[in-house]
Amino acid sequence: MSNVPADLKYTRSHEWIRTLADGTLEIGVTDHAQDALGDLVFVEVPEAGRTVKAGEACAVVESVKAASDVYAPVAGEVLAGNAQLAAQPDLVNSQPYGAGWLWRLKPAAGALAGVELLGAADYQKVLEAEAH
Amino acid sequence: MPQQEKVIFEYSTPGRGAEDQWPQDPGEAALADLPAQLRRAHPPQLPEVGELEAVRHFTRLSQLNFSIDTHFYPLGSCTMKYNPKACNQYAMLPQFLARHPLAPESSGQGFLECMHELQEMLKEVTGMRGVALSPMAGAHGEFAGVAMIRAYHRSRGDAARNEIIVPEAAHGTNPATATMCGCLVREIPVDAQGDVDLAALKAAVGPKTAGIMLTNPSTLGVFERHIAEVARIVHEAGGLLYYDGANLNAILGKVRPGDMGFDVIHMNLHKTFSTPHGGGGPGAGAVGVGERLLPFLPVPVVGRDGGGYRWLDESDLPQTIGRLSCFMGNAGVLLRAYIYMRLLGREGMRRVGEFATLNANYLLRRLTEAGFDAAYPQRRASHEFILTLKRQARDLNVTAMDFAKRLLDYGFHAPTTYFPLLVPECLLIEPTETESRETLDAFVTAMSQILKEASEEPGRVTSAPHTMPVRRLDDVRAARQLDLTWKPTAPS
Amino acid sequence: MAFIPHTEADVAAMLAAIGADSIEQLFEEIPRELRIRSLDGIPEALNEMQVGRLMSARAQRDGLRLNFIGAGAYEHHIPSAVWAITTRGEFYSAYTPYQAEASQGTLQLIYEFQTMIAGLTGMQVANASMYDGASACAEAALMAVRANRKSHAARILVPGTLHPHYRRVMQATAANQGLKFEELPVAEGLTPLSALQSFEGQDVTALLIPQPNFFGQLEAVDALTDWAHAHNALAIAVVNPTALAILKPPGEWGADGADIAVGEGQPLGVPLSSGGPYFGFMTTRLDFVRQMPGRIVGRTLDAAGRAGFTLTLQAREQHIRRAKATSNICTNQGLLMTAATIYLSLLGPQGLARTAASAHARTRELVATLTRLPGVRAAFPGPYFHEAVLQFDRPVAPLLRALAARGIAGGLDLSPYYPQLGHALLVCATETKTAEDIAQYGAALAEAMAAARAA
Repeated sequence: MSNVPADLKYTRSHEWIRTLADGTLEIGVTDHAQDALGDLVFVEVPEAGRTVKAGEACAVVESVKAASDVYAPVAGEVLAGNAQLAAQPDLVNSQPYGAGWLWRLKPAAGALAGVELLGAADYQKVLEAEAH
Repeated sequence: MPQQEKVIFEYSTPGRGAEDQWPQDPGEAALADLPAQLRRAHPPQLPEVGELEAVRHFTRLSQLNFSIDTHFYPLGSCTMKYNPKACNQYAMLPQFLARHPLAPESSGQGFLECMHELQEMLKEVTGMRGVALSPMAGAHGEFAGVAMIRAYHRSRGDAARNEIIVPEAAHGTNPATATMCGCLVREIPVDAQGDVDLAALKAAVGPKTAGIMLTNPSTLGVFERHIAEVARIVHEAGGLLYYDGANLNAILGKVRPGDMGFDVIHMNLHKTFSTPHGGGGPGAGAVGVGERLLPFLPVPVVGRDGGGYRWLDESDLPQTIGRLSCFMGNAGVLLRAYIYMRLLGREGMRRVGEFATLNANYLLRRLTEAGFDAAYPQRRASHEFILTLKRQARDLNVTAMDFAKRLLDYGFHAPTTYFPLLVPECLLIEPTETESRETLDAFVTAMSQILKEASEEPGRVTSAPHTMPVRRLDDVRAARQLDLTWKPTAPS
Repeated sequence: MAFIPHTEADVAAMLAAIGADSIEQLFEEIPRELRIRSLDGIPEALNEMQVGRLMSARAQRDGLRLNFIGAGAYEHHIPSAVWAITTRGEFYSAYTPYQAEASQGTLQLIYEFQTMIAGLTGMQVANASMYDGASACAEAALMAVRANRKSHAARILVPGTLHPHYRRVMQATAANQGLKFEELPVAEGLTPLSALQSFEGQDVTALLIPQPNFFGQLEAVDALTDWAHAHNALAIAVVNPTALAILKPPGEWGADGADIAVGEGQPLGVPLSSGGPYFGFMTTRLDFVRQMPGRIVGRTLDAAGRAGFTLTLQAREQHIRRAKATSNICTNQGLLMTAATIYLSLLGPQGLARTAASAHARTRELVATLTRLPGVRAAFPGPYFHEAVLQFDRPVAPLLRALAARGIAGGLDLSPYYPQLGHALLVCATETKTAEDIAQYGAALAEAMAAARAA
């Protein structure tokens, strides 16, 4: 069973969202997603300053057998990409909810109101549904 | 098999070389007119070896390969049939090799006559109205085909048609090609029997439909039975039908894409018409078209003028999608395909489809008797078929990939693994018509033996291969620690 | 017939095992109304002896004794060992090396090829080949659009001195993806820096830089590369691999080197063959490797810790990335890349430099011989490499016909491509031509011109 921390929000496309103290967001891919991809060999993160729309492909995570886009769950401005992943893409595998975060985002005004993010229990249901 | 071979640079000795191959030294004065700032300061990193050293090195490298000439190679969707030696020998006659592509057409009438007859024969076996030979591989032919579909719609002022429909089991080249042509891809499902889901197709077509790309027999190794209905639905919606010729071998001489309603087709001459695969090419991806797409064929095309042959170019075909190769495509590959077709003749071509199908159905039957599961047990195999090892993976913890690797130890090249993605733990097996019954039986024996090992001694299978020059390779390391060129200091 | 080994007894036994009455029954799922009975337009089969006679007769109708055409395809000496080894069944009849353990020969050879081509071009990484030089050029333009994150215009500057067929292939290949190609003017057979002035301050994605260019002329590659980089554009080098034995490699152009280098590999051991199969090569910086199309081989370790070779970075490719792949290319020109690797091993750095110098010396001799004739002069003043443009006082086409009648392919008439150059002819000699060959050309041209003047 994959790990789904209770304090995070989730999307159906397997991104997680953490709200930081200053109201900005940290985004990554879930434990389930990294497990499905296998050992990551390359991660491409967005550059700081880029403005993204909700649902826009922002990052790419690549294993030897697959490459997947990671989507922005909400609109906003990218504050930073995780530079450590260039040398250590495996952090996404080993610490998907910690050092393996992908980018930080300042949500656009009102952006959070328009999107439906899942709580841990609902995301768990998504995973169970996919398993069948 | 020999084990390992050093990298050629490790044989290098400064000052050594195959001097018999070098022209006389014209001296530094010969380059006196070249400005110093445009000259190279240091010689390039190339090996310095004697001729015999080089010959031995590359001969030993060749011996590390499996090939059709040395091993049964039932790689699904690739049609690894015997490449007749005559095709190579007569395509490499010195006059053919020496001719410059821009030399006058009058000095290439023998060659052009072969190309013209090849175009005519390909029209006949596919039921199309026109053929162009210049695309240099299957994917290149796909590009030409979809580009023609777009050009056709544009010429009618119907430029909004930019969606290409692709069944989910399609080769990856299909969606990649659609993107290269600036189209959007709409994937549709296939039903439990392996046919296109007609309800999904009806829902997908509309005023944005440029066309549909289909392989028939499909990548699932079965014939698309509703093809006439598919053609009707797509044509009524204003789209065109593209035939991916990857599996043409299955139906050669039995049924023609043109008669099925297809508007455009590419043929992999390196599959159906037995030109060599060369360890990854060259191929040839000739395209055929129906009436509507004739004006858009890529140039050049061979035309006949009175008694002679000449290239038709942009001035003859003003609506052409243009030129896809610097000259005329893979001429030498086309000559090999021409020679193969002349060797086969009318009757031989019919036998290709028949015996490819006979071999596939025989092998499928023998393997299911040996305890393997067909992915589509209710269907006839075409020229290839899919086994699913889902049961073995679950019960024995031995995967399709493990079977593939263990087959190498038994002296058989592995079938295609994990394609199509739709079928779990799959092996796509294509024996081709040129294999004997004895070879097929030996393959069944090997598969049965591996199945036995999988239950009695699974570690033997999951750690295979054991007899190849290398064991399984670390792909993750290869991608994380890129080592793409040899460097003097690199660890050996 | 058809290389099918089955006896009648085999067929009977196999049908019995399947449980079918006839081979025809195996096609029962194909709607009956679609099936055909015969292929009347296909001739009867020939046996190998008959095919041999047919092809020999066709071949004997073809060819000219002496070739002085270059224009993108060059006649060089090919060591016998190159094709003797390349056509070994183990290379010739193998598939793309997907099963790495059973394809170490092909994989190691590609790794050696990548090393040699990277060395020749002075770049960091190479792929395992493209279809030809022209298609490699088109793919380089598409790659530049992906790699240049500072540009959003998808706008490529293309010198008028680039091979005209390359320009057409780029248009046909990339225009559907919205790339815009803008042609730069030509002055004295070169791309003047002043041609770039009108693009100052604009969004340019990449600048193509041919060296030598279509006319054989040597471009100011350092200044052009630096211009591109100063304007946030990538520099794409289009180079002749033989020339790179003596000319500055793209990796050293300007202050930072070119970003992508491509070219036609045919001069490296591949016969002229009426235009193919040839192969394109492509090299780039390590930073851009994930934007590169085509197969790439890497060295890694096996389960026992020994070095071995495998296809790598496959997540860029169509079979994984499907609609988002860098290109749809899969089958490339592997066998030609094999020939080139053996060729480069036999020539080595010295042999390739001698070949380049000798070809250049022969072309200079040819130019000197032909321009001694009245009515013939060199078209451009600048330095050239192993290919040059001559200008005539009368139309070139009739002269070429007269030369062909004497067994000489005299060059490429440029008037259909560059009418502004007047009666212009592109000629090339390589190390394969002797002083006598050049003298023969001179004599034949003198006769043809005299006859033309008299007429």
